[in-house]
Order: sequence, then C-alpha cells, then structure tokens
Amino acid sequence: MQNLTVNGVIIDDTFAEAFGMRATAIIITAPSRQWALEAARSMTGFATSVIGCGCEAGVDVELSPDETPDGRPGVRVLIFAVSTDELQKQLLNRVGQCVLTSPGSACYAGLEGTEPLKLGSAMRYFGDGWQISKRLGNRQFWRLPVMDGEFVCEATTGLTKKAVGGGNLLLLAHGGAEALAAAEAGVEAMRAVPGVIMPFPGGIVRSGSKVGSKYKSLVASTNDAYSPVLRAQVASELDPDINAVLEIVIDGETDEAVAAAMRAGLKAVIDLGPERGAQRVSAGNYGGKLGKFQYHLKDLLP
Amino acid sequence: MSGLTFTLLAEPTQRLDLSPLTPQKLAGLSAGEIEKIELGGGGDQVKVGDCFKVEGSDPETIVFEGGSKRLDWIGTDMEAGSIRVTGDAGALLGRRMTGGSIVVKGSVGPYAGSQMQDGRVEIQGDAGDLAAGPMAGELRGMCGGTLIIRGRAGERLGDRMRRGLVAALGGCGDYPGSRMIAGTIVVAGEAGRMPGYLMRRGSILLDRPPQELSPTFIESGPWFSAFASLLERHLMQEGIVDYPFLGEGPMRYVGDNAVPGKGELVISSLKV
Repeated sequence: MQNLTVNGVIIDDTFAEAFGMRATAIIITAPSRQWALEAARSMTGFATSVIGCGCEAGVDVELSPDETPDGRPGVRVLIFAVSTDELQKQLLNRVGQCVLTSPGSACYAGLEGTEPLKLGSAMRYFGDGWQISKRLGNRQFWRLPVMDGEFVCEATTGLTKKAVGGGNLLLLAHGGAEALAAAEAGVEAMRAVPGVIMPFPGGIVRSGSKVGSKYKSLVASTNDAYSPVLRAQVASELDPDINAVLEIVIDGETDEAVAAAMRAGLKAVIDLGPERGAQRVSAGNYGGKLGKFQYHLKDLLP
Repeated sequence: MSGLTFTLLAEPTQRLDLSPLTPQKLAGLSAGEIEKIELGGGGDQVKVGDCFKVEGSDPETIVFEGGSKRLDWIGTDMEAGSIRVTGDAGALLGRRMTGGSIVVKGSVGPYAGSQMQDGRVEIQGDAGDLAAGPMAGELRGMCGGTLIIRGRAGERLGDRMRRGLVAALGGCGDYPGSRMIAGTIVVAGEAGRMPGYLMRRGSILLDRPPQELSPTFIESGPWFSAFASLLERHLMQEGIVDYPFLGEGPMRYVGDNAVPGKGELVISSLKV
C-alpha cells in the first residue's frame, strides 16, 4: 500500500465502502428559523445509525423564506433507511411525534422521487374528521386542526432508491484535541455540500465498528485495529504517534453527493495540516465485498 | 409548423358546436378533411369550410380568429395542446377537458369549464352563469384544473364543484360556490348574495365582504394558517393575483350549516 502525503498529511491508498439505501426528504417550516430547527432537531434525534435507530436522519440545509413553499423560514431534512417499509414507518413516527407537535410547524415534500411515501395522507386521521384536503396545482395538502391553528402537511413526499449510506473518513491524530479539530473542520466543510447528512453527534463518531464479535449475539463490535489502547494487543493499524482516531460518516441522496462531501471534508482536513489536525487520513471498508459504492481517497484529493 | 387557425368568415347564422375542433380530434387531418367536418348545433347542416377560413397545419396550437357568442363547446374533451380565441365564445367552453390550455380574449357564455377535469382555462372577459358547474341533471361540476375569469362571473359560479381552482377577478353574481362539494373558489371584486349556498366542503376566498352573507354561515374567527400563504403564493405563481390578497388573519366563516357542511368562506382582512 503506497501512501501519499499532501500538506504533510498522510493519505492512505484505500477507499470508503458504502451501501445503497432508500432515502426521502421533507421541508419543515415554522414561524421562525429557531422553531424550524427545533422541529428538525427533534425529528432527527436518535437517528445516528440504522442498526439501532431504524433510520439515519439529519438536516441537509436551512432554507430562507423565499425558498420554502409557504414563505416562512425552513429546513430540509434527509432520512435514510434500509428498506422502503422501514423508511415509511420512521418518517410517519418522527413527523407525527416531532413535527406535528412543534409550535407553528408545517411539513412539505422535500424530494420528487419515483415513488411517493405517505406523509399527510396518513397523518390526516389525527384531524378526527375535521381534516381538510386541498389541492394546489398537482400537489395535495392536508390541513389538520391543532391547538395553535392548523398543521399543514403535504400528502406525500418522494422516495429515492439511489441514496448512498456509509461514506466515511477516518482521521488519525496525535491526540484527542487534534483529532477533534480535524473532524470538526471536515464536518463543517461537508455541511456546505447539498444532499448529504452526517448522522452522528455533531457529525462525528468515535466508536467505529468492525463486522462481527467474539460474542455470538453481536453483529458488530469495536474497531480494535484503530483503538490506540489496543495497539499492543491486536493487529493495530496505528503508528506509535497516533493516539486518537475519529470518523465522519456521510449519507447522501446520490453517489455524487457523497463523493462531493468526502472531497470537501478531505480538503478541509488537509488544509488544517498535521500539527493542528490529523496526521493521517484513512477510510473504512470491508475489503470491497459488501458495499456497492467505493470512494477511493486518492481520487478525492484537492 | 404553424398553428391551425380558423378565421370566422361572418357572424354565424346559428349556434355552432365546435367540439370536433380540438387538437386530438384534428391530429392527422388535412386542411381539406378539416373543412368537411360537420358542425352541429343548429337547424342547418354546416361544415367547417362554410364558416371558417382554415390556415396552418399544427393542430396542437389552435386559434379561432374573431369570435362569437354562438361558438359553443370549444375545447370539449380536450386532452392537451392549446386553443386561443381572439374574441368571444359561447356556452360550455372547455367542457370536460382533461388537459391543455384555452385562452379566450373576450367574454363567454354559460357553463364555461363545465365538468373540466384538468388543464387551464383563462377568460379575459366575463363569463356567463354556472361557470365550472354541471349541466342539468349532473351531480358534479368542475373536477380539477384551473379556471380563471378575469372579468365578472355570472350566478352560481362553481356550482357543485368537486375539485380544482376557480378564480373570478371582476366579481361574480349571486350564490358563488352553491352546492359546492370541494375545491377552491377565489373572487376578487364585488361578490353577489349568499356565497357558499348549501356548500358541503371546499373553500371560497373573497377579497371583500359579499353583498349578503348567509345566516347559516357561522363566524369562526380570524384565520391564521400556513395554508393561507401557501395558497396566496400559488395564486401569484399562477398569475391570478399579484399580491397576498387575504391579508393578516382574514375572517373565516364555516358552513353551510343548512346542509350541514364543513366548507369555509374566508374574507380578506385588507381594505379594498
């Protein structure tokens, strides 16, 4: 394996391996930016990994009033799951519990997909017979009476089968502070890329996993090869001067969006340099056997 | 290819049924064949060539040069393409159309947009009674699409309408939205008596109070909903109004409780 060095940062000649996923998007609006974000934060909470949360979700972009259907501040939220059924279930649960409930909110389709996913057309029953269907052009909306007025919700949103989950960068640094600085810089750059979310807390995950475990009941367990405390006991990937590793995981609406986010993140990490940030950048894969998508770091260099 | 133009030779001596002259029905016909099409509607047998000079060849774009209140059934069952009438048109304009667009420069007779399913009809002048309504004995009126009347609409605008958008921008006669099943009616200008008479569901939006409000409509208070701005933006995008005409917290009335219905009548809070 021949590694490259750019601006003093070692770039492993490896690739991130990612999987095809189902995804949808919605636009949440509210009387203020703050309340649009509150609703979005609530509905994308506990959505870091499909393994334990059922879906991965996050805010794609904030929208100014002139970019939303009703002229109020809003956000676009992306939701990823492994199957259409699970995506539908997560979407309705989360919108029903977190967006419908949020003061002044409204909810619209955020994606024109090949197939529709139910949104207002399922939530309308909350209206107990007082729900009102309105069609404007070729879009249908439901108005549900609630205690602060009406919850307006588009009947359906779109589904894409071209989404990709699991793009990633591994940032290897001398210490925890440097690893965090590099990861923060990477996430910030990736957030500017449309069509992607970084579902972990603040976009960063510290407990990367490998497939399998010594315990039969677990399908995944700690990524021992990248844990500095196990350096002396397992076949470690870490050099003696690496004491902390953080990972950024990226889900995107499309293959291209994931590549663009990884490219932007990689640039930010390289620009930060090895003294203040990561000394080495790698990526997680399964030998290329499991995932349909591969993102080679050398192809994504600035 | 240039659009197919029918220039009216003289004011017709009888009513003409122009339903055969739609983009779909004329596709693939030569000018000679088109001129031989018979137009019913009156006592005498009349052919297209007797009344119109036919020019051009592309039936996707049809123009009726000159108009008359006797030109009935224009754009009936039309599926796509466009029809433009440079003058007036008669009854039943765009009857049961499912797509495409019709623009009439002048005024039209009764039953414009009757039972239309989809597509867009724009009348720059006035419209007769029962625009977007059903014909006698039919249970529903307009079922989709957009009907815009820039002038004044007659009585019972949107009678038994089930879906779609109707806008009358020069006011309307009595009973707009009578027996309405669902859908949206927008009236700017003087609206007649008893809007929403016997309506079941649907929305009637007025830019000022009507001549008389039915006592069977109950005031439900000022309306604050994200849907108001969604609707206003849609109307502006469609070129129907050019400002957010409902204002802040327009008054909402619900009814018609004589049915009883769950419809709504929303009156702009702006002074006109």
